[in-house]
Amino acid sequence: MGDVFSFLLDGESWTRDGGLREQLVQQLLLTGTALVLALAVGLPLALWLGHLGRFGFLAINVSNIGRAIPTFALLALLARFSWPGSGEFGPYGRAGLATLLALLLFALPPIITQSYVGVREVPAEAKEAARGMGMSGTQQFWRVELPLSLPLVMSGVRLALVQIWATATIAALVGGPGLGNVIRLGFANTDRRSQGIAGALLVALVALVLELLAAWLQRAVDPLPPSGGRAGSRTGRRRMSPLTSKVSAAVDSDD
Amino acid sequence: MTLLVAGLLASEPKCYSKSVNEWFCFDYVRDRSDEITEATTTHVQITVAAVALGLLIAFPLALVARRLPRLESTVLGFSTFLYTVPSLALLPLLVPLTGLTKTTVVIGLGLYCLTILVRALLDGLRSVPADVREAATGLGYGPTRLLLKVELPLALPVIMAGLRVATVSTVALTTIGTVVSEGGLGKLIADGKSTQFNAELMTGAVLCVLLALVLDVLIVVTQRGLTPWTRGVRA
Repeated sequence: MGDVFSFLLDGESWTRDGGLREQLVQQLLLTGTALVLALAVGLPLALWLGHLGRFGFLAINVSNIGRAIPTFALLALLARFSWPGSGEFGPYGRAGLATLLALLLFALPPIITQSYVGVREVPAEAKEAARGMGMSGTQQFWRVELPLSLPLVMSGVRLALVQIWATATIAALVGGPGLGNVIRLGFANTDRRSQGIAGALLVALVALVLELLAAWLQRAVDPLPPSGGRAGSRTGRRRMSPLTSKVSAAVDSDD
Repeated sequence: MTLLVAGLLASEPKCYSKSVNEWFCFDYVRDRSDEITEATTTHVQITVAAVALGLLIAFPLALVARRLPRLESTVLGFSTFLYTVPSLALLPLLVPLTGLTKTTVVIGLGLYCLTILVRALLDGLRSVPADVREAATGLGYGPTRLLLKVELPLALPVIMAGLRVATVSTVALTTIGTVVSEGGLGKLIADGKSTQFNAELMTGAVLCVLLALVLDVLIVVTQRGLTPWTRGVRA
């Protein structure tokens, strides 16, 4: 383990060509771009479907299908096809387009499912009250449904972020950019094993930082923060946990 | 004439030869069936062992979390923490402990299903109606018998839903095992990519998805068999 830390603490391993810094920046860039793209595509669609209350089976099943497809296989196929292929793609490096596309595809399911469920789970009384106050459908969406669904929407974003970061790491296995290269090379040569483990440690640390940031953001946007009371804080926490609703979504989709 | 046709047929390259390199090629599946069967078997072994290990760890964790609500957030936080670590990072981090073996892959993937399984077990046990529990206690059921005979059967639909999610995602994740030791069908995918062998890559990918679907259906069928009372309730 000593080698692992001396590699991580050595400035040279960060600054050299293809070093840790370059790979880290590239992977963060990929992650950010993919998240923005996924939000731009998935959010309007899911929120609109949730507002209409239709096509629920689609919103739920999309994540069941997404789970069965190995990220590794999809990345390998996309990089091998003549399009998008494994060519250089701007600042995203080799196989950049294939990687971005795969990241987008794997980020969409959690965003779509959680946002759809979030809007659907807005209490009927709240919607009724909004209608009673004379709000139009649009006003009802912007002033009532959207704010109340934000915690679940954000839990979807959080799940998507975890998924994107994990998939971006795997991109290196198919010739793509990112810190996965440090891991791949470390396990390809025996004498570089400790570098591979160091890369894995770095990937895990950044994943935790991203997750904590997303969790903080999720709490920040909650219009009904958990109150001081014990019962209140409990329901608040349970409502926000992304995986609970993922599991119950799976139960609901079982006919 | 017939000789010429026969000669042409013989010289026609197989659909997986380098010059043709087709994506879907049944000749490949037939000619390399040994290799493919072995990869699939390893894949199933790793997946089943990992999910079983996950259940084995998740069960006591869920029971502890239920008994001591104060520990619940710690248990859930720990499993979410593991889930956050990308699979390609988690497996290498286990290598110093268990080496470049299949065990490393099984342990890594087993830890990975914990998030889903612990939550499913907790939610399942919580879904048992309080009056049913009370009735069983009134009939003289002790805590162990209550758990095994009443609570677990009633919690089964929710637990099985979690098990489906865990199994399907483990099938997909097993491919990553290739990096540290064995990844079953992941080997075909990795080989196919690095040697630009299209049929091998596609076969590995398609078999992975098929395997996930087959295991999913198997769990659903098992659940129907184990919980006959749920049939017909939900139309």
